[in-house]
Amino acid sequence: MKTINKIFLFLITIIFLANTSYANLKNERVDKISKNLRCLICQGQSIYDSQSDFALSVRDLISKKIDEGEKDDNIYKYLKLKYGDWIVYEPELNKNTILLWILPLILFIFGGLLIFRKVIIKLNKNNV
Amino acid sequence: MKKKINFIIIFSLIIFIFITFIIGLNKNSTYTTANITNVNIENFKSKELFSDEIINFINPNFKKKITILNIWASWCLPCRTEHEFLINLSENKEVILVGLNYKDKTENAKSFLNELGNPYEKVLIDDKGLISIELGAFGVPETYIINNQEKKIIKKYVGPIDEIKSKEIESLVKS
Repeated sequence: MKTINKIFLFLITIIFLANTSYANLKNERVDKISKNLRCLICQGQSIYDSQSDFALSVRDLISKKIDEGEKDDNIYKYLKLKYGDWIVYEPELNKNTILLWILPLILFIFGGLLIFRKVIIKLNKNNV
Repeated sequence: MKKKINFIIIFSLIIFIFITFIIGLNKNSTYTTANITNVNIENFKSKELFSDEIINFINPNFKKKITILNIWASWCLPCRTEHEFLINLSENKEVILVGLNYKDKTENAKSFLNELGNPYEKVLIDDKGLISIELGAFGVPETYIINNQEKKIIKKYVGPIDEIKSKEIESLVKS
């Protein structure tokens, strides 16, 4: 009898742990996605920060989509389809945003080269 | 010579950044309805406010030319001001008006309609706001004009319907 009780207790604990860890994982995903979404009616806040009805509904929708087994990418895609690219903070790499992505890299290389040249010239001067 | 080259490089960089900012500032970054007009309307089902039946939005009984889907709530003040225009629109024989009650209490919604009149053929309940988000809405009131034959959203209005918008809708119905 005792062993049956123990097994029962063990099973209940396992189910409980599995449930809470699923809920935690899901909440983390909802938080992660909503941090990258712009609240369209309260500028300057993300869906994660905002307590507006719009933001709360979007969070509910994300959680529903996760329950349906959707991947993060698909959820972003879905919201972009409804509200446009503006809803996501991180812009996608396309012909309109290529400069935005590449310019810092170009400036970094350019600046690096400039410093490198100066150092080389200085070293040469010192050697002479 | 070297100084001149440096000057030209820095000067052109500043000009470039300046132009980029000007273009960026002039670009429209506010929400537009372009994404959701002229697309097929997705069907959804929900509970009806008065009958408690679960019904489909795209309903075979909706045989009229245009469906107007109006998202509203009893706690929304602009919804009160647009209500008389909705009642006028509901008298048009080619139009069917469907309400989507957004995050509202059933009793409040019912007393709102008892007080101001009920222009809607059916009122569907959206208590969590999920249907509205799936429709691409972001608040109340919002109004979708749907062509029933093609099942397409032909126009969307954000904010309350006023005299100008209501005339626009009537000319859309006629065309």
